[in-house]
Amino acid sequence: MKKLSARRRHPLAAVVVLLLALAATGGLYIAFAPADKAQADETAQSLAIDEGKRLFSVGCASCHGTGGQGTSDGPSLVGVGAAAVDFQVGTGRMPLQQQGAQAPRKKVIYSQAEIDQIAAYIASLGAGPSVPTKNQYDPKGADIAKGGELFRTDCAQCHNFTGEGGALTHGKFAPSLENVDPKHIYEAMQTGPQSMPNFPDSVMPEQNKKDIIAYLHAVNSDDTTSPGGLKLGGLGPVSEGLFAWIFGLGGLVAIAAWVAARTAKARKS
Amino acid sequence: MSSTTRNASRRQAPAGERVADWADGRLGVYSLAKSNMRKIFPDHWSFMLGEVCLYSFIIIILTGVYLTLFFHPSMNEVVYHGSYVPLQGQLMSEAFNSTLHISFDVRGGLLIRQIHHWAALIFIGGMLVHMMRVFFTGAFRKPREVNWIFGFLLLVLGMFTGFTGYSLPDDLLSGTGVRFMEGAILSTPIVGTYMSFFLFGGEFPGGDFVARFYTVHILLLPGIMMGLLVGHLILVFYHKHTQFAGPGRTEKNVVGMPLLPVYMAKAGGFFFLVFGVIAIIAAIASINPIWAIGPYRPDQVSTGAQPDWYMGFSEGLIRVMPGWEINFLGHTLVLGVAIPLIVVFPLVLVVIAVYPFLEAWVTGDRREHHILDRPRNAPTRTGLGVAWLTWYFVMLVGGGNDLWATHFHLSINSITWFVRIAFFVAPVLAFLVTKRICLGLQRRDRDKVLHGRESGIIKRLPHGEFIEVHEPLDADQLHTLTAHEQYEPAQLGPAVDENGVERQVSRGEKLRTKLSKGYYGEGNQIPKPTVEEYKEITSGHGHH
Repeated sequence: MKKLSARRRHPLAAVVVLLLALAATGGLYIAFAPADKAQADETAQSLAIDEGKRLFSVGCASCHGTGGQGTSDGPSLVGVGAAAVDFQVGTGRMPLQQQGAQAPRKKVIYSQAEIDQIAAYIASLGAGPSVPTKNQYDPKGADIAKGGELFRTDCAQCHNFTGEGGALTHGKFAPSLENVDPKHIYEAMQTGPQSMPNFPDSVMPEQNKKDIIAYLHAVNSDDTTSPGGLKLGGLGPVSEGLFAWIFGLGGLVAIAAWVAARTAKARKS
Repeated sequence: MSSTTRNASRRQAPAGERVADWADGRLGVYSLAKSNMRKIFPDHWSFMLGEVCLYSFIIIILTGVYLTLFFHPSMNEVVYHGSYVPLQGQLMSEAFNSTLHISFDVRGGLLIRQIHHWAALIFIGGMLVHMMRVFFTGAFRKPREVNWIFGFLLLVLGMFTGFTGYSLPDDLLSGTGVRFMEGAILSTPIVGTYMSFFLFGGEFPGGDFVARFYTVHILLLPGIMMGLLVGHLILVFYHKHTQFAGPGRTEKNVVGMPLLPVYMAKAGGFFFLVFGVIAIIAAIASINPIWAIGPYRPDQVSTGAQPDWYMGFSEGLIRVMPGWEINFLGHTLVLGVAIPLIVVFPLVLVVIAVYPFLEAWVTGDRREHHILDRPRNAPTRTGLGVAWLTWYFVMLVGGGNDLWATHFHLSINSITWFVRIAFFVAPVLAFLVTKRICLGLQRRDRDKVLHGRESGIIKRLPHGEFIEVHEPLDADQLHTLTAHEQYEPAQLGPAVDENGVERQVSRGEKLRTKLSKGYYGEGNQIPKPTVEEYKEITSGHGHH
């Protein structure tokens, strides 16, 4: 130690320290930042944007404009974010089949890889919500009851008690949420597609979104059990009334006709 | 040996006889049974619709008693810790909590709850269908007007018993319905606010309404209904049953089977068939799944919030009514709510009650009627009935406008406008079309009587003409087709009396004459064939 402390005023000491520091940072950088991968990512990202732009020009630009700036037939996509693209294209709503009150859910046209490319291109136009990762929307460990309360407070006005959907004005509608992919539910809340208001994390934190997704999975998916029997669409008294009239009264009138047709007179023969 | 047994049998009558003797000595049942047990009832499927109502009412009472054993009519807030996971830890009223308890933890609770609710829908539907049968066959005429009123009251009370019943679980759907009713009460000019505060014990929803509705639902309304029902049945026995025209049937007899044993067996069996159908429906189809709906909170609401079907027409009225509101001397009059719910809602029902009296006034007929009309032979009445049903259905469409929109991919606004227009136009169209159909059927009956049934056999006559062979009807069929009587339209009489003085004709009299012409005037009924016409045609000097 004495040797070292004796030389600390050496003119070359600063240079040595600098070299050591540089070596350490460099070494740490090499150890912790996978330089090769980062490089590759950047290339893939720019490639994806290029690919996405190409797909966009073919499938989307006729309505949204060549630069995504929007036209009279479609809104500007600057700043809508990758999540919006993943939702709209991933549920088949886009590309639009025809102009109408609302874009309905339909067959998905693009592969997930293509959707990611278009999303990357749209995300490059302006900052917006990105596609959520699996652990953001994974309903495991979420509070189902809390989700139910939130759903009834914020969503049921349009989507019905358990997300069976409902009507909006002039042919628009809140779609059924039965068996919708958790990712798409999350994205819809994040981006507020079509008539839907958006619920950014500042309004509805990630945990609450998970709660809602978990609630929907519990009450309106293939895993849902209906303790009372047929749920008749989950639409409430209208379908129940229809069922009571057709099967209840219809059946009873048929039985009454059957009973009345069998009189005691038949014994005579 | 044989003489001793005879003596013994004289001392010891059969057990049944002894019981009957005991009862007769104390209750005088013999004469009562003698006069009623052999009561004759005619056979027709439509005469069993009232039985559907009676039996479903009994089923509702039986299942309802079971539900009262477990239901807590209280609005105290509790935290849920039952077996339904998606509501764990939620705040709810004890009423909602106990309904969840009935549904998931009480043995047979959910099935009984579902039987109770399904039976209620079928009960009120049954009453409407039963009422249609009575209306379209003219069975409400003298002497049965009072019984018609009893039936009408049962229908209206049934509606409100149902409403107070489905409001008891205090779930989000029914709570919205109670809020709707509160809105209707509030819209009543001047007294609305006071009535609302009285009913809810203060500001809505308060902590009282479940307990109050409970008393109304399980005691007050069913008690009144029970009384009306007994009165309804006593009157059916007293008046004896109506029957359709036919050979051997007159205004003074009833052709059919005796109550005991035939109808006891039939009715007893039919009770179990009704119970069976309702139980099957309750076992396979869910109704009012309150666990999926959630507990009531005044700050929450869901789309697709409709009442049970029998209240659906009020929902339709409110959904299509423009939101008019005026300010009158500093008081806000919410016409958009008051007109549909305080004015039109009672009107839709009251027209049912007054119709028998309207028709009796128009016909001026004071005789008793026990032979039923075929609907076609009373075209104006039938037309009015179908018009009312159309009106009712249009309002139901309005009440479910959102589901029509989503399921048929329509715009809810277009449906609302359709209902607004159809509310006024559709009943008129239905009336006209129905009346034309009835007149057409009358013409066909007339043709059948005079020319016989078309046999489908084509015959070629010697000179080359083709004719279709018509088979003459037998006497029974001729009787059935011509048994109905046809009223003459009322006449105003001469405008001046024999002294040339102008006669005072009241406005009511003029109106009655006009209505009578509408019912029975030329073109509003087809004259039924007379005996002379029939003889003329069938006497043989060649028709066709």
